[in-house]
Amino acid sequence: MSTRIVVDPVTRIEGHLRIEAVVENGVVTDAFSAGTMVRGIEKILKGRDPRDAWAFVERVCGVCTGIHALASVRAVEDALKITVPPNAELVRNLMYGTLSVHDHVVHFYHLHALDWVDVASVLKANPVETSKIAQSLSRWPKSNPGHFAAVQQRIKKHVESGQLGIFANGYWGNKAYKLPPEVNLLAVSHYLDALEWQKEIVKIHAIFGGKNPHPNYLVGGVPCSFNLEEVNAINTERLNHVGSLIKDAIEFVEQVYIPDLLAIASFYKDWGAIGGGLENYLSYGDMPTRGYNDPSSFFLPRGAILGRNLNEVHDVNPRDLDEIKEYIPHSWYKYAEGDQVGLHPWKGETEFNYTGPKPPYEHLNVEGKYSWIKTPRWKEHAMEVGPLSRMLIAYAKGHTDVKDLVGTVLGKLNVPVTALFSTLGRTAARGIETQLLVHEMKATFDKLISNLKNNERRTFNPDSWEPSSWPAQADGVGMAEAPRGALAHWIKIKDKAIDNYQLVVPSTWNASPRDAKGQRSAYEASLIGTPVSNPDQPLEIIRTIHSFDPCLACAVHLYDPSGKQIHQVQVN
Amino acid sequence: MSVSGDSLWITMREKGYSRREFMQFCSFAAATIGLGVQGKAEVAKAFEQKQRPPVVWLHFQECTCCSESFIRGSHPIVADILLDSISLDYTETLMAASGHQAEKSLADTIKKYAGKYILLVEGSVPTGADGVYCVIGGRSAAQILEEAAKDAAAIVAWGNCASYGCVQAAKPNPTGATPIQELVGKPVIQVPGCPPIADVMVGVITHILLFGRPPELDSRGRPKEFYSRRVHDTCYRRPYYDAGLFVESFDDDHARKGYCLYEMGCRGPVTYNACAVTRWNDHTSYPIQSGHPCIGCSEKGFWDDGPFYRHLPSFPGFPIEATADTIGAALGVGVAIGVGAHAITTNIRKRPVIQETQAESVSEPTDKKKVD
Repeated sequence: MSTRIVVDPVTRIEGHLRIEAVVENGVVTDAFSAGTMVRGIEKILKGRDPRDAWAFVERVCGVCTGIHALASVRAVEDALKITVPPNAELVRNLMYGTLSVHDHVVHFYHLHALDWVDVASVLKANPVETSKIAQSLSRWPKSNPGHFAAVQQRIKKHVESGQLGIFANGYWGNKAYKLPPEVNLLAVSHYLDALEWQKEIVKIHAIFGGKNPHPNYLVGGVPCSFNLEEVNAINTERLNHVGSLIKDAIEFVEQVYIPDLLAIASFYKDWGAIGGGLENYLSYGDMPTRGYNDPSSFFLPRGAILGRNLNEVHDVNPRDLDEIKEYIPHSWYKYAEGDQVGLHPWKGETEFNYTGPKPPYEHLNVEGKYSWIKTPRWKEHAMEVGPLSRMLIAYAKGHTDVKDLVGTVLGKLNVPVTALFSTLGRTAARGIETQLLVHEMKATFDKLISNLKNNERRTFNPDSWEPSSWPAQADGVGMAEAPRGALAHWIKIKDKAIDNYQLVVPSTWNASPRDAKGQRSAYEASLIGTPVSNPDQPLEIIRTIHSFDPCLACAVHLYDPSGKQIHQVQVN
Repeated sequence: MSVSGDSLWITMREKGYSRREFMQFCSFAAATIGLGVQGKAEVAKAFEQKQRPPVVWLHFQECTCCSESFIRGSHPIVADILLDSISLDYTETLMAASGHQAEKSLADTIKKYAGKYILLVEGSVPTGADGVYCVIGGRSAAQILEEAAKDAAAIVAWGNCASYGCVQAAKPNPTGATPIQELVGKPVIQVPGCPPIADVMVGVITHILLFGRPPELDSRGRPKEFYSRRVHDTCYRRPYYDAGLFVESFDDDHARKGYCLYEMGCRGPVTYNACAVTRWNDHTSYPIQSGHPCIGCSEKGFWDDGPFYRHLPSFPGFPIEATADTIGAALGVGVAIGVGAHAITTNIRKRPVIQETQAESVSEPTDKKKVD
């Protein structure tokens, strides 16, 4: 029997996304992913000063805040052939690490954990046992029985108040939850600890960029200045603050996040065989160490893997007009040359063409256009992007640190390397990357101190700041690895102003509708085969969707194989 | 709101805090929302009451930076707000439930607490093309807002999106992004900024809880306790402006001394916000302190007031006592007085004083070093 469920919206994500899928005999057999919000920022950028673009596009996302600004300043610098001073590169890398580490921790605890952790079960836990488990996992100091008893009491009071707030109407008691009450209590306790900690690490953004969310970036470098003889600049006190925050981040990640990830994952090993989806992975790479134009120097490497073949990593060139193209057969746009062509982003067009139903509506017509997201392809292949892609490409390229960390995680969970190609693999890869990045932040910070010791303090290259120095026309591409995956901005500058600006963001790759050939993108592909034990509570669908850390709010619909509605399950 | 639940004091006591610590916290909270020491008792009383007002947080055309900012709150921290102060019954960012279960939470709260819940809105509402540019659960943002706003006890517009339309309302505003004030037909507390400062957001919520009424608002609907001063008038770099000492290029010798960023395009002189006082991220910094000019993100239409790095060709040389209303009115009719007059004639006399002070404290030669 096939069933159609309506789940709308899926929460604990950023933005507005809708997925429609088919469930037969307790398993998803088809799915459709749709973005249901659009703002037209690409259209708004036309005609503006390229040096301002970072601020506009930074507002594409306030969760992965700053990464669009980084891609944007890189795009403009690429177009105008600006190289940034070494310290600007280091500061940008520190801000990059801050974002990724923050984002991954918040994703794990606040956006994803409740898919695996049953909050209601916390009330049944024995805090003494939780304490023993906690102390066996790490040396995190908040692990005594009294602490866990207090957390349990707090949750109890909350539940008894009758006002469940953010925990209201959750899928509590669903049999897909596998953790013992004691581990649930541990996780909920760390949910609260992580909520308190996450506000700390972002102070690195405030120190170098003035605020978080949405720190300031600058074409040609970074806006802050170093001066060890001045209170009005980045001085020793400010640097000490950054150093302390990195130290605390290493502690939190290694003593709380990673032990929790491994402990929880050990109860969900079956998810190492669910949600794999696409077999192609793409990463542009990030954290340059010898400039943006030398990808071989990137700490996170660039490349593409096809068919899960870890023995071969393909080169990726976003400047090649034949490699990356965006299609719109199922997207609410129109191209001048017709809806079947693919356009490289430098030739990209953003012309709305809504053909869906007028709201309020129950369903979208998935045979036609059904999303505000375009469908990007790399050499015609659908690609998955994100931490899993980055770690696989680094692993395949022989990145020593990544190989070690991946080996450790697989060994501790006692699962084969193929378990990485899954919902669990995505969630584990995010943790592995976080651990990698906190240590790289420390190394980056040390390099910065070393530069300052050697009186290298430049943070800005003024050579091409003035528009009078610019050519009549210039094209650039700014690539970055957002927490959620490969991100690139393509810019065309003409007569000192933006002539065209196109973004292909991680969720464009992952959440897009299928292409003209019927090839599914990552979300749609990954849902195929996902079990749904209780169609009233599509918890498993949310697990897989959340494993991508979606950057848009979503709705999940389940269709029967003919696309005809059988019934709409009202979940109460 | 006849709901049970422990007061913040009881909860804190159970977490091992002493009465003294609780009172210190109240003192801090009172200071944060501008009450000063004398407000401590009032704050403590409010935190001792048993009630968690239901709160609904809607998301429309936005980037979630407001939600992200909110969870950066440092006093009180957000976990305490969520568990002890309010009942956040609907927020797509944090709530456990999805889909129909999520919609049920929204519908239940609106019905059960009609006239009592606080509505927080993040994002603008697109009115173009019958609302198809933002649809949640098959319903347009406008339809959802209308229903949720109808019986709300108070409505807060978080950030520049809900207050003014923000980046998506910048020219040519392709989706008809509209501030919620224009749609709900009742008073809205405007908390602009992209995003607003975390502790300002927390302060606005706490104010409503503590005093049972919205904070005092200016003519644009902004809480006076956070938006009554220009960034310029509270900026620690203001003396350099008055002395005519300006950064002329990023990372130049003057930038490294922290001089005024006016010539780099700073919008501090026309921007009302608490950045320079409350600062960001638990008082860590604010844009100007980090070396970047203010881009005016709490002002209406700031995106179309660029380019950002071109200094204000002129701005009204209002005295520090000018209110938001007079500045707003003046800008509205395009009145402009040359800044040069202000910077050069009014305050240039302060310049030698600062330079002399520096000469005394800094041993390096007074001739400018060439920028690296």
